[in-house]
Amino acid sequence: MKPCAFEYFTPATVPEAIGLLERYGEEAKVLAGGQSLIPMLNFRVARPKVLVDINQVKELDYIREEKDELVIGGLTRERSLEVSPLIQKKCPILAEAISYIGHLPIRTRGTIGGSLVHADPTAEIPVVVAALEGQMKVAGPSGERLLRAEEFFVTYLTSALEPSEILVEVRIPTLPPNTGWSFMEFSRRHGDFGIVSVAALLFMGSQGRCQKASLALGGVAPSPLRAREAEILLSGQVITEALIMEAGVRAAQATEPESDYHASAEYRRNLAKVFTQRSLQEAWNKIKGGK
Amino acid sequence: MADRRRIRVKVNGREVQGEVEPRKHLVDFLREDLELTGTHVGCEHGICGSCTVLLNGEPVRSCLMFAIQADGAEIMTVEGVAQGGKLHPLQEAFQEHHGLQCGFCTPGQLMTAYHFLKENPNPTEEEVRLAMSGVLCRCTGYKQVIDSVMAAAAKMRGK
Repeated sequence: MKPCAFEYFTPATVPEAIGLLERYGEEAKVLAGGQSLIPMLNFRVARPKVLVDINQVKELDYIREEKDELVIGGLTRERSLEVSPLIQKKCPILAEAISYIGHLPIRTRGTIGGSLVHADPTAEIPVVVAALEGQMKVAGPSGERLLRAEEFFVTYLTSALEPSEILVEVRIPTLPPNTGWSFMEFSRRHGDFGIVSVAALLFMGSQGRCQKASLALGGVAPSPLRAREAEILLSGQVITEALIMEAGVRAAQATEPESDYHASAEYRRNLAKVFTQRSLQEAWNKIKGGK
Repeated sequence: MADRRRIRVKVNGREVQGEVEPRKHLVDFLREDLELTGTHVGCEHGICGSCTVLLNGEPVRSCLMFAIQADGAEIMTVEGVAQGGKLHPLQEAFQEHHGLQCGFCTPGQLMTAYHFLKENPNPTEEEVRLAMSGVLCRCTGYKQVIDSVMAAAAKMRGK
């Protein structure tokens, strides 16, 4: 279908965009890459009176390294991140996860900020940002604030953004050299929405012990889910296959999946177990392989 | 009275202007205003891939952006693939290997493959399968599409 008519603005700066959002409040939606919003407009599920198209806010498109963080502008295209040598070197799990997003023509338009704000529990970028303990910088009429993933993701398709705020920057830690990582996703066909996805990170310490583990799951809760019990189980330990198996069981226990057209809750919980185990194994193999 | 805005785009090398409502999809501007009906509208939500065109050299779903957002951009549609009345080797390969039957998805297949082969002139079949997976086809069962793209790659490398 075709969208309902809307008033259309193309601010060139962040303050201009915020000014428009302040003026129109709940009636306005921000248009970034549009790969989720435009389908919703086409279906007329969303009928905003005003669209604030931020694609002309060029200052929001960048990838930089600052100390031990990658700093990414909210309007940076998914494709730019996927092929960025800096991302591939310093945070390869992000590039890997992005390769699962739809198909190339979606990633050439879709943005990191758009994916985070849309907060689809099956989306890839939110899961990786949760596992990496990234932070979202949000700008509004009263200034900027920095939100952690657990503060940012509220529930299904809902972030902590106020109607007059926009996500301007994402800050994610670079991976230390001795880190095992893996991103895995199960979907019916390549490019479909993921049914369950897992981002696993093993930060290795001295004497072959895992200093800290980080596990985030998508598609099994209203927001990206950190599997804290499984992380605690792995942290400070020498990784073994038995430990990995048990971590998968604990991760699955933490899930609160729902049944829908694509998969039953029971099936999702089983996928959470199996894919946690497989991704931990892959992350562990990367360390053993000296990568 | 509907809000209409003037836009300028370069389509298949030709400068064109138009007046569009902000809500008009790029694909509808191409088809209705420019009468370039080679690009097909399938699902209108980004799944089927039939409406894929190149925007400044990169593939996009033209049902998932507004014409007004393409103001100032260069667009290539399926009408720009053949040159001087002669089919592109990619089109020849689709013909020779039965890469189409009803033809509905073909503009999307061709634009996707055109961009892919530019970036990957010597692909493996696995890479072709991955690249072409974003365009749905209800006739061919995909086998002939993959064969066509592999054959086109060989052709374009000079066999």
